[in-house]
Amino acid sequence: MSIVEVEEVSKIYHQGKMTFKALDDVSLAVDKGEFIALAGPSGSGKTTLLNLVGGLDLPDSGKVVLDGNDYSKMGDGQRADLRLERLGFVFQSYNLIPVLTAAENVEYILRLQNVEKAERIERVQSILDEVGLQEKHNSRPDELSGGQQQRVAVARAIVSNPAVVLADEPTANLDSKTGEKLLEMMRVMNEKRQVTFIFATHDKMVMDFARRIVSLHDGKVAGDQKKDE
Amino acid sequence: MGDYLLAWRNIWRNPRRSVLTILAIVFASGLLVFMLSFQFGAYEDMIDSSVRLSTGHLQIQAKGYQNRPEMHKVIKNPDRLLGKVAALDGVDAVTVRSEAFALAAGARRSRGIMVSGVRPDVERRISSLPGQIRKGRYLRDGDVNVAVIGALGAERLQIDIGDECTLIGQGRDGSVAATVVRIAGIFKTGIDEFDRTTMQIPLSDFNSIFSMEGGAHRIVITTKALADDRPVAAAVRMMGEASGLTVLTWDEMTPGLRQSIELDLIGGIIMYVILVIVVAFSILNTFFMAIFERTREFGVLMAIGTKPFRLVKIMLLESLAMTCVGLLTGMILGTAVTLLFSYYGIGMGESSELMAQYGIADRLYPRLSPLSIIIGPAIISVVTFITALIPALKIVHMRPVAALRG
Repeated sequence: MSIVEVEEVSKIYHQGKMTFKALDDVSLAVDKGEFIALAGPSGSGKTTLLNLVGGLDLPDSGKVVLDGNDYSKMGDGQRADLRLERLGFVFQSYNLIPVLTAAENVEYILRLQNVEKAERIERVQSILDEVGLQEKHNSRPDELSGGQQQRVAVARAIVSNPAVVLADEPTANLDSKTGEKLLEMMRVMNEKRQVTFIFATHDKMVMDFARRIVSLHDGKVAGDQKKDE
Repeated sequence: MGDYLLAWRNIWRNPRRSVLTILAIVFASGLLVFMLSFQFGAYEDMIDSSVRLSTGHLQIQAKGYQNRPEMHKVIKNPDRLLGKVAALDGVDAVTVRSEAFALAAGARRSRGIMVSGVRPDVERRISSLPGQIRKGRYLRDGDVNVAVIGALGAERLQIDIGDECTLIGQGRDGSVAATVVRIAGIFKTGIDEFDRTTMQIPLSDFNSIFSMEGGAHRIVITTKALADDRPVAAAVRMMGEASGLTVLTWDEMTPGLRQSIELDLIGGIIMYVILVIVVAFSILNTFFMAIFERTREFGVLMAIGTKPFRLVKIMLLESLAMTCVGLLTGMILGTAVTLLFSYYGIGMGESSELMAQYGIADRLYPRLSPLSIIIGPAIISVVTFITALIPALKIVHMRPVAALRG
C-alpha cells in the first residue's frame, strides 16, 4: 500500500494578472520505505509537489493522501496534527531555531507531541549520537557548521519516528563531501527505520543516492525511474 | 525548554531593541507611579488645606445660606445637633461658627472685614488657623473682646498686636452691632484673600455683639478621612434635627477647588495617555519587527506541526515577560523616587505664590498609595497586551508555504 498518493493534482499560482501552472495533472504513488528524488530544473514544480505532499498547501484540483488521510477533507489544525505525527521536514537552509541548542531544537518536536521528559531526553540523546553530534548537544546553531546544522535538522525530522521525511534541497548549501555524508546518514536511517524519504533536488549526488527518481518538467511528470528495476 | 523559556530567549535575540522597549516601559511606569502619587498628594494637600482652614469636610447650614449668606439665616439650636453629629462614625470633630460682615477701624484706617465667631478650644482641633499665628497668640477659652486678624488685614488697617480695633456691623435682629476688640494675634495662611478679609473672635463675644440669640450660621464637621465625608453627610441628613437644614460637602462649598483638581487631573491624564501611546508604539514596533524577522521561522514551526495559536501564545509571553520586567522595575524605581520626595518634598520655586492661593505649602509631598502604585502600571500592562496582540494575531492568518518563503 502507498504511503503517499498524489492523484491528478494541479496547482496554479496567481501573481497579479499573471497565472503560472506549477503542477499540471500530476499523479504519483510512493510506497513505504522508499528513498525517492523529485528531480527537475528550477520551476519544474518539485518544491510545489513537496509542499502538497507535506500538507503545507492544497492543490487546486486532484487529491493528496498521506498514510490514508486525504488532505482535502482536513482542516488546517488536522493537517498540522498530521504533519506533527507522520511527517518530518528538512529544509535547504537548515532552519533551526537560533535561540535553542541542538538538543533543544530536536526536543522541540517531542514537546509538541507531549512526550514525557525522561523519554524525550533519551530519544534526543540517541538521535543526536546517531547523527554524529555527541559533543554538540548544547551548541547553538550559530556555533555549528552548515553540515552539523543540517544533521541537527535531520535529527529533528526523524526523532518523532515519522512515516515520511520531506527534504527540500537538503544538500544545496553543503559542500559535496559533507552532502555525501549527510545522504549516507539519511539512507542508513531509511534502511534501519523504514522511513520514507522524498527529496526535491536538482543535485546529481542526491539522484545517485535515490533508488527512484521522478523527473518533473514544466509541472508534469516527465519520467519515473526505479533503479532496482 | 518550554514555551516560557523559548519566549524569554526570543526576547534576547535583539538585546538592544528589547532593552529599549523595556526601558520605555520602566520609564513610563516609574513616571506614572511618581506623577500619580505627586498629583494625589497635591490634591489631598489642597483639599486638606482648604478643609482645615475654612470649610471643614462638611457643614450644616440654614437653607440658602451658602448661596446668599444673611445674618438671619441661622441654625436655631445648634447644640442639639452637635452631640449627635459628634457621635457619628467617621466624625473627627464638630464645632459651631457664625460670621458677620463689619466695618473694622484702626487708629488711622477702616476697612470691611468678615468677623467670624469661633470656639477657640475646638478650633485648635478642627482648624489649621491656630497653627498659622505669626505674631502674638491664638484665641483662648475665656477671652473677652479679643481678636485675631489676618496679616494683610492688619497691614491694611495699620494695626498690630495689642492695638484696639473697632467693629461696627448689623446684628441678627437688625440692630447695630458695635464693639472694640484688642488684637491678640496675627495669622498668615498664605491665602491672600483669607488673610486680607478675616478676623476671628470668641463665639460667646460674637453671639452677644451680633445678637445671635443662640443661633449659629455653620456647624463645621471634620471627618477622620476624606472618604468619610459622603457617609457622614448621608447620616446627618437622616437626622430629624437636621430637617430644614442643608448638609454640604467640601466640594459643594468650594466648587472652584474641585474644578481646579478636575482640570489638573484632565491635563495629567492627557499627558499620561501620550506617554502610554509612546510605549504602545514601542511595543508595536518591536513585535512587528520580530514577526517580520521571524516569518520564515514561523513557517518552519508551522510546517513541523506547531499550531498558529501556540506561536501567538509565545509572542504574547514575550510581551508579557518584557512588560513584567519593565513594570516591576518601573514600580520599584517609581516607588523609591516617590518615597524619597515624600520625605524631602519638592520645592515649588516661583509657583509657590500661586500654590499659596490654594493654601498649599511651598513644598509639595507626593503621597504613595496602593492606587498610585498600581493604576499606571495596570493601564500600561493592558495597553501593551493589546498592542502585542495586534501583530501576534497576524500569525494566525499566516500560511505555512508563504511564511517559509519569508
